Amino acid sequence: MPPVELLLMLLLLATVIVVARLKDLFAAAMLTGIASLIAAGLFVLMDAVDVAFTEAAVGAGISTVLFLGALSLTSRREKQRERPRALPLLIVIVTGAALIYGTWDLPAYGDADAMIHQYLEPDLIAETERKIHIPNIVTAILASFRGYDTLGEVVVILTAGVGVALLLGGSGRRPGDAAGEEER
Amino acid sequence: MKAPSRVRQMPVLRVVARAMVPVILLFGLYVQFHGDFGPGGGFQAGVIFTAGLIVFGLVFGINVLQQVVSVTLTERLMATGVLLYGAVGLEAMILGGDFLDYSTLDLFTFGEQGQHLGIILIEVGVGIAVAATTLRIFYAFVGYRLDSRKGAEAFAGDGSAPGGESP
Repeated sequence: MPPVELLLMLLLLATVIVVARLKDLFAAAMLTGIASLIAAGLFVLMDAVDVAFTEAAVGAGISTVLFLGALSLTSRREKQRERPRALPLLIVIVTGAALIYGTWDLPAYGDADAMIHQYLEPDLIAETERKIHIPNIVTAILASFRGYDTLGEVVVILTAGVGVALLLGGSGRRPGDAAGEEER
Repeated sequence: MKAPSRVRQMPVLRVVARAMVPVILLFGLYVQFHGDFGPGGGFQAGVIFTAGLIVFGLVFGINVLQQVVSVTLTERLMATGVLLYGAVGLEAMILGGDFLDYSTLDLFTFGEQGQHLGIILIEVGVGIAVAATTLRIFYAFVGYRLDSRKGAEAFAGDGSAPGGESP
């Protein structure tokens, strides 16, 4: 693995370990944003700029703000857990081991002969410009070739918004009180 | 509600926010409409646009922001974005193609740019829906405090101390 990637990987690892161990939820929220930013940097190095863009905007940007918003409704510090429990730890270790075992079957990083680069991808690279008339293949796939999926995703986002609105309210509309007219 | 007092004592923050917010919003629009040529698209653009609005709201007060973009407006825009996306799909069916087959939109363009037009339209739908939804979720967190009559001060006033507790 190239040194820059390795460095970012180690930074990412250190960040998430600290997040898991921190009791101060405010610091944990900020570090989560930093972890997202490091992940975005990794995606850029892997030439996945669209994914990196999304990770930076959503993970490091909005998510952090929403975490802070959620924190403002609750306590700043995590409740002390009496002692670590065995079963959750066991589940995490087994799941992690299974995931690492799964990575053994993945093609090597940057392997041009990998299956994903043989099937569909050459066609998409060759045909997108002619069929869709736009240079960004990722956008062409998301918006046109996979238009159904993206429509579904937008509906999911709408559903999430409606769900949060119904659960938390927050419209500021109260009976007998004009919206947001609270005076200090 | 006036801007929270602790922020009002930070002229640097206010000046920088005033200078940066239009740039962030403009960058959001750039990402929106440049998504077919470079990285980006409706999803990222919507999030960036909302981030700009949230910065404005945090510095100048949530109520000032809600005078610009009200809660009701965000709720309407959430649905509008999805409906715009679906409408483009139905439009394609009315013109004789499959659902979301933008090639049928060639009719409205000079040359065979229907796919391009369709992508721009649905990306606008995605952008509107994502921006409105993320802002609505933000309002939900902030407004929950307003609803419970604690005021949004603790959150809106000082981002460094959420929960209003001293460390």
